[in-house]
Amino acid sequence: MSQQTTTPAAVRAGLADRLPVWLVPRVSGLHVAALLIALMLVGLLLVPVAQVMIVAFQDPATGAATLQNFVDFFRTSLFRESFWNSFYVSAMSVVVATAIALPLAYITTRFHFSGSILIQSLGFIPLIMPPFVGAVAMQLIFGRNGTVNLLLKDNFGISIPFMDGLNGVILVQSIHYFPFILINLSASLRNIDRSMEEAAQNLGSHGMRLFRRIVFPLAMPGYIAGAALVFIKVFDDLGTPLLLNVNNMLAPQAFLRISSIGISDPMGYVISVILVVFSILSLWASFLFMRGKDYATVQKGGGGMARRTLKPGEKVLAYGVVIFILLVVLSPHLGLLLLSFGTIWSFAPLPDGYTLANYVTMWENSKTFIMNTVLYAGIAATLDVIIGTAIAYIVIRTRIFGRKGLDYLATAALAVPGVVLGIGYLRTFHSIDVPLLDKPLASWWVIIALALMIRRLPYALRACTAALQQVSLALEEAAESLGATKRRTIQKVVIPLMTGGILAGFVTSFATAAVELSATIMLVSSNNDAPLAYGIYLFMQTPSGRGAGAALGIVAVIVVAIGTIASQIIIERDKKLKSSGDVH
Amino acid sequence: MERAGIQIEDVHLSFGDTQVLKGVNLDIKPGEFFAFLGPSGSGKSTLLRAIAGFGPTPQGRIRIGERDVLGLDPWKRNVGMVFQSYALWPHMSVRDNVGFGLKEKKMPTAQIRPKVDAALDLVGLQHLADRMPNQLSGGQQQRIALARTIVVEPEVLLLDEPLSNLDASLRVQMRRELLRLQRQLGLTTIFVTHDQEEANTTSDRMAVLDGGVIQQVGSPQALYDAPANLFVAKFLGTANILEGRVEVDGPEARFVTKTGDELSLPQGSKADGSNIVLRPQNIEIHREAGQNALPGTVLHKEFLGSQIRYLIEAGGTEIVVDQSHSVGLDWYEVGANVHLRANTSNAVVL
Repeated sequence: MSQQTTTPAAVRAGLADRLPVWLVPRVSGLHVAALLIALMLVGLLLVPVAQVMIVAFQDPATGAATLQNFVDFFRTSLFRESFWNSFYVSAMSVVVATAIALPLAYITTRFHFSGSILIQSLGFIPLIMPPFVGAVAMQLIFGRNGTVNLLLKDNFGISIPFMDGLNGVILVQSIHYFPFILINLSASLRNIDRSMEEAAQNLGSHGMRLFRRIVFPLAMPGYIAGAALVFIKVFDDLGTPLLLNVNNMLAPQAFLRISSIGISDPMGYVISVILVVFSILSLWASFLFMRGKDYATVQKGGGGMARRTLKPGEKVLAYGVVIFILLVVLSPHLGLLLLSFGTIWSFAPLPDGYTLANYVTMWENSKTFIMNTVLYAGIAATLDVIIGTAIAYIVIRTRIFGRKGLDYLATAALAVPGVVLGIGYLRTFHSIDVPLLDKPLASWWVIIALALMIRRLPYALRACTAALQQVSLALEEAAESLGATKRRTIQKVVIPLMTGGILAGFVTSFATAAVELSATIMLVSSNNDAPLAYGIYLFMQTPSGRGAGAALGIVAVIVVAIGTIASQIIIERDKKLKSSGDVH
Repeated sequence: MERAGIQIEDVHLSFGDTQVLKGVNLDIKPGEFFAFLGPSGSGKSTLLRAIAGFGPTPQGRIRIGERDVLGLDPWKRNVGMVFQSYALWPHMSVRDNVGFGLKEKKMPTAQIRPKVDAALDLVGLQHLADRMPNQLSGGQQQRIALARTIVVEPEVLLLDEPLSNLDASLRVQMRRELLRLQRQLGLTTIFVTHDQEEANTTSDRMAVLDGGVIQQVGSPQALYDAPANLFVAKFLGTANILEGRVEVDGPEARFVTKTGDELSLPQGSKADGSNIVLRPQNIEIHREAGQNALPGTVLHKEFLGSQIRYLIEAGGTEIVVDQSHSVGLDWYEVGANVHLRANTSNAVVL
């Protein structure tokens, strides 16, 4: 840069600095970006959700403020039952998920157990399949006339109602969501420094007493975090109960009221308020519990908990437990695979024969679904990482007023169930017409992509924030001291260094948006606009479509699996690159 | 409190293929403040943990008082250990942390309280009884960890690098306090450290470890003045080591360096040996040659405040010489030719 150009700029800056802030607001590109993002979040998240809240407290005829809708809700026995069922199913899912996760976490973190890593990885598998996809396969394995019950009936003359009514929802949900508990619990068990345990032994404690007084309390925060997440996810989920035809729960009731009676029926909104309140309550409760309880106690030089070698008898027992649990946990995948390759499968332990026909049917009928999915998830994930990067930069590196609010608002999407966002969009955007297309915004396909974008933004934001935190501020300052402007620094230094994290965020957002059902099911206005998850839902409605639905489900699982593995690889490679590149 | 000694006989221990302890023998007397000193990886912490019963069971014998404790579970040993990380349980208050061991011994609650108060009083932190550990400073946590250990009245007290997580000034204060407490309780104590100053200032006797082998045992002063081998000589303080040979000529003995310079040795010096150890403060620098002097060249000088430290090439090696500083003292410039006069009356031949 030449002397002539810098001098006037410096003088100008000096003058502006001397004037009061209110007279000369320091507006930069980042301010504009922050403002645009704020507007977008308000329009696509705050307003629709607020709309839902307001309608729930409005008289549908007059628009006056009232609590009558809530009174009506709790006077209707079906709703009371649904409320109780949702609560019961969520609580029981936490219990069953704990029963699955606790032995796996305990055995793999506390003992020398070959295959610990394999078990921990297999434990993640349920997460790469949307729960509703596995639901039908679970019917075929655990249902009244499924594999397990047929075998039990033939051999012992008994049958167990695993999948009847609410039991089915509980089983499917806990098998799907237990990894949240497994991951958090294992992490906190591993984070307990060995000296914590040794100090207790040194003072005379051992065995179950040691576990009860030291180990378990120290692992509690991790467990609570996982359990709260499971509770919310199950409470909000729409797809699984819908596919299992269990309609007397809150989310399905909201969906059915809106889709059959219409968007003016207040009950859907009342249910939405209850869903949101419970989401926030359980997050808040777990936050309250964990406040001041950062028990990550691993010290430098410490090595996590001491592992014990199992005696031969214990080893047999441990392997037995682990294999049994893994079989149960992987049963939806096995069932789905069998279903997708099977000819006819009913009233038999296994399909009658095997064929590729389902995949052909699926491919012929679902090209649109797949194309739509790639389009929607692609748009959503691209916007997510752009906005995520911008928010991360604004929050971490600038002092723009209200930057924290931006972060909180984007993250708040986590507490908004898909059904609620869907209803909010329908209500808010049905009266706004898309220019040139002559139809309401609420039934335009773009709104599906935007809903997905909002739903996945928290994940992308976390990834981008983590990526930016790894870029040392000194690297930016070095560029600036060598004459690069803020804009050039961001372009040439910050973004390239964040690439790995951004990419990982993109892949995660894409993969999970591709199988999202709860918001999309509300917003799909014609089958031509439907994404893959909705396609699976349609297929699974008829017995003849189940094979093709399963094939499409396998496609979904593969998409998410590739995405998950890819993002892991990207993160690992990026970590290596960074650790070899700069020394902190 | 009953005073117990610790006998360690021929203790071997391996982690997989790596031998960490290779035949350790020690006899620690009742009431003694004993230090294990060594670099990281020397096996000092492993040995301490073996006494407490942590880690794999070693071969050999470990006796505390009259009891053979080898293979005994940690909770049956009555050995008090203070961990490097303090290991205060973050989910329990200070009082609950300190009372833990007594509760494990099934002591009635009514008796626990006064004992906990007394232990906290001993470390001067009774006013913090109801705090949580994460509300305490490092030094306070350290004291609580100590109180938690001594309240159960162990036979011996094991301290694993207890001062390493404290900052420098606190470290000096804490080590004095530790010593005071140890004297007051008369508790047999083992202190593991890699810091020779800590070991020197606190311990009655110490063992220097390297590579899983005890190099030497003795009082700090004995080890400094008469190191048994080059490792101990170099590990304790700064040592100049000259290579060469000892020549005995009747009652006279002298050390001949690689460069052919000669230093006379006191009568009765060891006749075999190829190294001589000279401490930096036992060497004088002179401009003129003289008796018992090595010619050399100044390579480097550092002003350390109370001292000036010279690095001088002489006798085929680089020798560190400390001169105490006083106002007006002449400095030797880098490149100057000087003569080093060594006080060999207490030189050690190895």
